[in-house]
Amino acid sequence: MDLKDKLVSSFMAFENMVDIDTPIHDVRSEAIKTFEEKGFPSKRDEAWKYTSLNSILREDYSVFPKKENSIEFRDIKKYFIHDIDSYKIVFIDGKYSSHLSQTTHDGIDVCLMSAALSKPKYRILIENYFNKAATKDSLSSLNTAFSQEGAYIHIPKNKVVEKPIQILHFSTGNESALLLQPRNLIVVDENSHVQIIERHQSLTDNPVLTNSVTEIFTNKRAIVDYYKIQNDKQSASLIDNTFVKQKRESHASVHTFSFGGQLTRNNLNFYQEGERIDSTLKGVTIIGDKQHVDHNTLVHHIEPNCESHQDYKGIFGDKSTGVFNGKVLVNKKAQKTNAFQANNNILLSDKASINTKPQLEIFADDVKCSHGCTIGQLDESAMFYMRSRGIPEKEAKALLMFAFSNNVLDSVKIPEIKQRITKIIANKLGVNLGFDL
Amino acid sequence: MSKYTEDDLREELKTKEYEYGFYTDIQSDTFPNGLNEDIVRAISKKKEEPQWMTDWRLEAFRGWKEMTEPEWANVNYKKPDFQAISYYSAPNSKPKYDSIDEVDPELLATFEKLGISLDEQKKLAGVAMDVVVDSVSVATTFKKTLAEKGIIFMSISEAIKEYPELVKKYIGTVVPQKDNFYAALNSAVFSDGSFCYIPKGVRCPMELSTYFRINQAGTGQFERTLVIADEGSYVSYLEGCTAPSRDENQLHAAVVELIALDDAEIKYSTVQNWYPGNAEGKGGVYNFVTKRGLCETNAKISWTQVETGSAVTWKYPSCVLKGDNSVGEFYSIAVTNNYQQADTGTKMIHLGNNTKSTIISKGISAGKSQNSYRGLVQISSRADNARNFSQCDSLLMGNECGAHTFPYIEVKNKSAQIEHEATTSKIGEDQIFYCNQRGISTEKAIALIVNGFSKEVLNKLPMEFAVEAQKLLEISLEGSVG
Repeated sequence: MDLKDKLVSSFMAFENMVDIDTPIHDVRSEAIKTFEEKGFPSKRDEAWKYTSLNSILREDYSVFPKKENSIEFRDIKKYFIHDIDSYKIVFIDGKYSSHLSQTTHDGIDVCLMSAALSKPKYRILIENYFNKAATKDSLSSLNTAFSQEGAYIHIPKNKVVEKPIQILHFSTGNESALLLQPRNLIVVDENSHVQIIERHQSLTDNPVLTNSVTEIFTNKRAIVDYYKIQNDKQSASLIDNTFVKQKRESHASVHTFSFGGQLTRNNLNFYQEGERIDSTLKGVTIIGDKQHVDHNTLVHHIEPNCESHQDYKGIFGDKSTGVFNGKVLVNKKAQKTNAFQANNNILLSDKASINTKPQLEIFADDVKCSHGCTIGQLDESAMFYMRSRGIPEKEAKALLMFAFSNNVLDSVKIPEIKQRITKIIANKLGVNLGFDL
Repeated sequence: MSKYTEDDLREELKTKEYEYGFYTDIQSDTFPNGLNEDIVRAISKKKEEPQWMTDWRLEAFRGWKEMTEPEWANVNYKKPDFQAISYYSAPNSKPKYDSIDEVDPELLATFEKLGISLDEQKKLAGVAMDVVVDSVSVATTFKKTLAEKGIIFMSISEAIKEYPELVKKYIGTVVPQKDNFYAALNSAVFSDGSFCYIPKGVRCPMELSTYFRINQAGTGQFERTLVIADEGSYVSYLEGCTAPSRDENQLHAAVVELIALDDAEIKYSTVQNWYPGNAEGKGGVYNFVTKRGLCETNAKISWTQVETGSAVTWKYPSCVLKGDNSVGEFYSIAVTNNYQQADTGTKMIHLGNNTKSTIISKGISAGKSQNSYRGLVQISSRADNARNFSQCDSLLMGNECGAHTFPYIEVKNKSAQIEHEATTSKIGEDQIFYCNQRGISTEKAIALIVNGFSKEVLNKLPMEFAVEAQKLLEISLEGSVG
């Protein structure tokens, strides 16, 4: 039985498990129908032209992990950004781990999706926001059908959340192969400000596939900074679907740092539904081996006077492949739009490849839209300069690559994350440099 | 060609209707509508082709039957009914003429209206013209001068008869019969086209040029062009198109194959001004063209195109850079107005080492038109030190049109250097204000700015064409300022 059939048939069992009376029952049934119709995307779909899911869909994933599991904090400590005080929502094999988490209902809601879906006090919010940003593509629909657990964050009006929120997903390898489908909902009301860090981490070599959906709503003048750290094991794959709906004068930024995993696909979609909105999409990808990272972005400019900034840097070694498919869509009404898109890549090996498609679709005339895309190598004269001054080749290379990705790191607002990322980069490049010289 | 003055332009701008829209009544020899193996055989027979050519066509036809029309392009149109088209029509007044006087006077009048006086062209422009009216070439000039150099320049049906080995060796090598839906259709039913062979080391002394016209109501035109530049040779080939005004949609599915052998250079320029349909988007030509060139070692192919006409354009002149050190270039201006739709661009396939390609594409959309650039730059893993520079600029006039860019970049070699940039903007109000202030009317100012915007590409055209193209740009955008 292939994965699709398995998922469709286990939906029945899932339905019996969860509460049928919840308002999202219909949404779920609708979604499984959509998934059944469309199936998993194949290379024939334009959006999946360069990314094949075939190899990872072959695994016999268990859809509902049966065994309860607990892990000790000391085993996973290193995956937290531990040097800052933060709220934490931790999941182990898809199940919420209360002893590792630190949630709150004090003025803001940082809690669980399962609670939000079942408790009546959240009902209105769920009705207003749940599945209102996600598209009806097959993978998001699949997630919607099985959506039950994840992070639920609601920041009411005029609140600046003091400390960042960390969302962490661990898989322990209790199952021989595991499919996880976390579902996050983040609603930030007027004038509020929040910072969120998300990470998926496998602790074993058993295959894990995560199909995650995150919906983010930024209301008037809200500010949201979202950081995704993807540095998973070679056995883990991630399909991340993030949808950001912005109201007027809000600022949203998503930084994606992809350093690991077998296959990583980031579907990042921004919808600007008001004037004077600012959207930022940035990413650094440094991979090797046979890794594959695919960034698929969409910025939809619907209203006038908005801005968007996209900057994706990629460094590809060994037999890795990188894909960037960025799309900027400007509606007829969205005059005075400023949209920028840049994608710079460095290939380190002849076996590595990069496919990029920066795409503009513009229906308004008074706009400034530009995109730039480059593929090249490390500058030899710069290398020579450093080596002639006694910096070893490896370190010189690392310095150059770090400088290359620094543009993206510069806009990271939490210094601890910046430090963590530079450490990961140094690790990845096999050098012992602080980069904060 | 007399000097083109501002007064001429003003005069021209007054005439909003498509100026080349007229219809010459020449007795035509037309096949019944529809397409099947018998029709393919009949076309082949009509053209007195050898058996291998008939088989080649049939193979293409059988392939075509299995294929479906491509739908990925960013265009919307009513699909042509391929069984409602007549696949062959040729002017009746056949045999070949040695002098212009023998040519059907009505035909000559048509040329007169188009502004191509054969005599004048001969003397003034120094351009040899292979004039194609409804698929069959009726007059070839300057043939003698070319023959002295050993250059073969004739219609492809003649070439099939006279130089079967050359044609057999090269036809379908760059664009295979079953390359795509329209190429397969063309391979099966092509009626005529041009054939050009430049021998080793010869530099063609003049610009070679063909004028294509669709003349007979309801007939599609399936041109086939094959240009072969042998080692170390050079040729510049011009192609210009105008078509009469018609209400039903006409289909044009041409195939152009260029082969540049070692050290050869081909420069292929197109000015395309088929009937774009009227201001309501009614009528107009469907232009589905497959153009591709193959570069051997040190060879160079340069495509220059000015696309102002056609209701729907689907066209990607490409270069396969097979040999080491070969160079591909693509310079394009695509102008769309009213309800026109264009999906055009290029493919640069880098296979050899040290290959270089340059893409400069300028899109101008006005009215309710949609203009897309779609391009592919592909660097294979064996192509060391490949270099590409692409620039796609779009200019939007009015808020009902659209400009789109779909660049695909696929790189499998670490030594490649690729740069791609694209911008979209409108004509600045300050620029217009500056012109107005100095007594230049808004319409004129726009023409001026558009010309400046497209200069990079216009400069690449041979002189005679550059003037014509500049004029065309202004006419195409006329009435779009509001």
